[in-house]
Amino acid sequence: MEKTTPLYATHQAHGGKIVPFAGYLLPVQYQTGVITEHMAVRESCGLFDVSHMGEILCEGPGALKLLNHLLTNDFTNMYDGQARYSLMCYENGNCVDDLIVYKVRDEHYFIVVNAANKDKDFAWMKAHEQDVEGTTLTDISDSVAQIAVQGPKAHEILAKLLPEDEFPVKYYSACFDRTIGGMRCIVSKTGYTGSAGYELYLAAEDAAAMWELLLENGKEEGLICCGLGARDTLRLEAGMPLYGHEMDETVTPLESGLGFCVKFSKEEFIGKEALEASEPTRTRVGLKITGRGIVREHMPVFSGDTQVGMTTSGTHAPYLGYPIAMALVDKAYAAVGTRLAADVRGRKVEMEVVSLPFYSKTKK
Amino acid sequence: MNYPETLRYSKSHEWVKNEEGMVVIGLTDFAQSELGDLVFVNLPEVDDTVTAGEALGDVESVKAVSDIFSPVSGTVCEINEELLDHPELINEAPYDAWLIKVKDVTDEEELITAAEYETHCQSESNG
Repeated sequence: MEKTTPLYATHQAHGGKIVPFAGYLLPVQYQTGVITEHMAVRESCGLFDVSHMGEILCEGPGALKLLNHLLTNDFTNMYDGQARYSLMCYENGNCVDDLIVYKVRDEHYFIVVNAANKDKDFAWMKAHEQDVEGTTLTDISDSVAQIAVQGPKAHEILAKLLPEDEFPVKYYSACFDRTIGGMRCIVSKTGYTGSAGYELYLAAEDAAAMWELLLENGKEEGLICCGLGARDTLRLEAGMPLYGHEMDETVTPLESGLGFCVKFSKEEFIGKEALEASEPTRTRVGLKITGRGIVREHMPVFSGDTQVGMTTSGTHAPYLGYPIAMALVDKAYAAVGTRLAADVRGRKVEMEVVSLPFYSKTKK
Repeated sequence: MNYPETLRYSKSHEWVKNEEGMVVIGLTDFAQSELGDLVFVNLPEVDDTVTAGEALGDVESVKAVSDIFSPVSGTVCEINEELLDHPELINEAPYDAWLIKVKDVTDEEELITAAEYETHCQSESNG
């Protein structure tokens, strides 16, 4: 039986088309449709319910040491409010999940994990809680709602509700203890769309009121409700990996092009030895579809008659206006400009390796 | 939702119209609405044969691919080439955006009336 987020009734009232996703009933799109929702986030602003994500507190004198033990990134030099992306690996170097860690203050960290993995993640973390003394891990997912306000107009809209000097300034940072419309929330300058924007974390019981307040204040700027469909096309267009696609329990961070958040300079972390010993033969690439058709996930990738990899995600990119895909391919075929083909239900569709991200708000 | 009375329908959401010895096939309003924004159409070629109940091509929405089932058996005599570059025409006007025309029709699936099709769609969207 799927769970609902605190915004379930709100999605129904706004005409959301509800589907099961990662154990939750969530809107895949509204009546506006995926393309309109996608374009809103690129050109004005879109509102997303991301309350299905998991939130875990890591607290105590050993908190920093435990994070550095459990996760691949290094959390040592962080300022209060800073956010940092990381992988969590098994001993064999494959990925348990990818996640974001916020430093609230010394000895207090706030971790955001994928909805589909949160029980698995929490169990894995709990099993290692005692590896470091003096740390408590608490799953607070059910009491926390998350709303993403994404797009070039996001700041303008939120500035009607929050004084300018109360915003997080840097990308990947957050302000705790903010109040919007009388509701306490965390305002984080993060997102999963490739557009500018914010993510708000707040008490589950405030979510519906916050949603309506934001919609009301964003009316002039063209703010619309967006579903999971647009969230997926946006992250793909921005070349962002998704757990279960670009990396999973059979893929290492080094293979999925996420080596930047694996810090071998750390004394130790779970998976370090395996990753140091590994010699990745495949890597993640971006593909522009030059032939006719849409290439989706799990399609074999060929160079001539030789299979050299497999797609991990793919769709029509609404803003770019052409189909794109990501794939794990043999390193010899990963150079930008390499011509490859995907087997799409028995039909070869031509594609070309391009640099990631496909879309960047600064790259235009 | 629109269900023109002049057309006949398959339960797999294609519409059929008889036109000067040919059968014109398209996707219904219900189908395009369920599929969402269409971004690609894969159609057979002229002179290909199609078989009742089997896939004649597919349509891709942003999210997924779906087969289009042929309501009749026969020979493709015309395809709507405009759709290849503009699949969104199916979303905009599903009953104008025909997919293919078929001649020498030898077999036909069970086709239902507009009223029956409307009932069929209602039961599907409630299911």
